Order: sequence, then structure tokens, then C-alpha cells
Amino acid sequence: MTVSYALLGLLNEADRHGYDLKQSYDRRFGAARPLRFGQVYRTLAQLERDGLISVIGVEQGAGPDRKRYSITDDGVTDLARWLSEPEDPQPQLQTVLFTKVVLALLSGQPAEAFLEAQRQRHLTVMRDLTAARRTASLRDGMLIDYQLFHIEADLRWIDHAAGRLDTLAADIEL
Amino acid sequence: MTGDGAPLLAGRGLHKSFGWTPALRGVDIAVAEGEVLAVMGPSGSGKSTLLHCLAGILTPDGGEVTFDGRRVDRMPDHQRSRLRRSEFGFVFQFGQLVPELPVRENIAFPLMLGGKGRRAALAEAAKWMPRLGLEEVADRLPGEISGGQGQRVAVARALVAGPRVIFADEPTGSLDSVAADQVMELLVATAKGEGASIVLVTHEPRVAAYADRQVTVRDGQTVSPAVLW
Repeated sequence: MTVSYALLGLLNEADRHGYDLKQSYDRRFGAARPLRFGQVYRTLAQLERDGLISVIGVEQGAGPDRKRYSITDDGVTDLARWLSEPEDPQPQLQTVLFTKVVLALLSGQPAEAFLEAQRQRHLTVMRDLTAARRTASLRDGMLIDYQLFHIEADLRWIDHAAGRLDTLAADIEL
Repeated sequence: MTGDGAPLLAGRGLHKSFGWTPALRGVDIAVAEGEVLAVMGPSGSGKSTLLHCLAGILTPDGGEVTFDGRRVDRMPDHQRSRLRRSEFGFVFQFGQLVPELPVRENIAFPLMLGGKGRRAALAEAAKWMPRLGLEEVADRLPGEISGGQGQRVAVARALVAGPRVIFADEPTGSLDSVAADQVMELLVATAKGEGASIVLVTHEPRVAAYADRQVTVRDGQTVSPAVLW
């Protein structure tokens, strides 16, 4: 979903070939996860089917990277709508951690030790990210900051949960 | 670790109570030369008491504190004061700058306390201001600068006398995250540049992430995952 809007946004900036799109995407968003060409062309085909982009020229030769794409009026409108819509927070990792804590308590495993081990894992990742940020560009640094704040939020939950294990254990046995 | 493998600063079996309330219940901790160690823990966990014992501000009821092979907990007061002035530097959350003195004199202050002449102390302080981005506020009073600038002054002041250990207690506690990052970057980079160790007490994971290593204090004891399993 995000990838298709990212490509739409890049086409909103300028008309581009598929190859250019991949390069621009990787440069701006893809430090950790560059796009695969197949994904670029699949996404472009979908956007074209939806009428959000159109092919404005095909150069001589074969292959999908010969096509030049442009955003349509519908595409501009759809992009603006997507940008203005707030996203629902996605507490996915927290759900995994929560499930593990409950299962540990139910099965008599040491939930406290599990949480402490998880805490150490989070701290280690934060330390590595903080070190990586020292030499990162501002843009990559901002991405790292985003991850750091999210990991920090997990950690706060881990500490909070560790402080309430007794009452939680009593609660889930009901 | 120092050359012979011993830690530069260590606490062993530290106990400390305030009245009937135990704050430390047998803490073991070691800091190597040049190491940045974060001491984490919730409020009331004993982490600040631990810092005060390691820095020779408080005397533990039991256990020992050694710095560079010397027993800090057994030193007479005057010797401990000298140790704190010459070998240790301090950065606290707030309230550490002299409000009546401009930034340059605040930075020079520890040197003058140590017996250095005013002119020489100010010259030494001046070297620290560009490293911490403080040239433009050199003549301002602490009340006239931002919180982040104030903490950078505190960092300069902690480092100016060439300490071997910096004790930092919630050094970014009153700052927003951008200013906090700046202070931590500068604190860690300058201390590392000078070869000084840092004992960093914080409850914030993002701040602790600047350290080489983290230990957690809970209910007056250090938590180790290995022990828990």
C-alpha cells in the first residue's frame, strides 16, 4: 500500500521510467528495504489499471522499463486523500509480546525472565541503532529515530508489564 | 579495563539504607577505563544512590568502592573532596550552574576551585566552548540560555579539569528529544575523546542507548537476565 503511494508521489514530482522510479524510491525511502524491479512493475501495472497513472510514451526496444509514466488527475486526488488521512497505530510487535507473556504465565514459564531477556534485546538494538545514527545522513538518521521511538515505546510496555505480572497472572486464570 | 585488567571504578556488595529504607541491597558494578556505562532503572530503584556511592558523595553502609585501586569508601572527607574535584566530573539534571556567573566563568569554575588562576582558568574554559557549540553564549548568564545549552555548559564544566570519570545523573531529564540527543552526542564524544569513563544514570532507554553497556537496578539490586533464568 505504502509503496504504491510512494511511487505515485514520485510521479507527482516528475514523469519517470520504471527504472528511475526504483532508483528514486531506494534513494529516498529504501535504505533498509530497496524495491525489487518485479515489485515496481507489478505496482505500476496496478496503478495504471486503477487509472491513477498513465503511460505517456514508449521508447524503442523491448522490456517494461521502456515505458514512461505520468500521474493522472485521479492519481493526484488519490495521493492527496491518502496523505491527509491519519493512519491507525499498528501495535503489532506489542501483540506478539503480549501473547508471549500470557502464554508464559499460563504454562508456568518464567514470564519475568522472558520480559527481561526481551528488554535486553530491545536495548541492544537501540544501542546499535544509536551508534549507526552517528554516521548516518540526516534522512537515514530520521528513519533510525523513528525506529528508536517505537522500540522505546515497546520497552515502556515491557517495564510496565514486568511490574504487573502478579496481578496479570491472577487475572488470566479467571 | 585498565592495563592490569582491573576496572577503573568498582562497587562490590554495596549496601545503603536511609533510616529503615534500604536503597542498595548488595550491588556489584564495574566500569572500565574509557567505558560508557548506563545505569537504568525505575524511579526509586536506587540508581542515583548507587551513583552517589560510586562518586564518593555518599558512604555505603556495607561493601567497598574502589577507584584506580584506592578505597573511596575509606577515604577521609578532605581526600574524597579532592578526588571529586580532580578525578571526577559531574553532570546533573539541573541546578548545577552558578546563576550569577556567565557561561565562560561557570566552565572555568572547577579549575579555580582547584587552585588555578582566573586568567589561566578562563583560557582553558575558552578551549571547550567551540567543542560544545557555546561560543555565542559565552558571556550570558545561565538564566539567559536554553536548557540544552545549559546542559552543554554543564558537560564542558564536568570535563574542563580533565577527569577520568564523568558521573551523569539524568543529564537530559528536562530536555526535549532533539536537545537531549545533542547533549548526549557531545557528552559521549567529548568524554571518549578525552579517554574519560562515564557512569550515566537514566530511566530513558534512548539516552541509555548511547552507552557501551547497560545495567539495570531494581529494588536496590542489579538485574541480570542470566540470574533470572
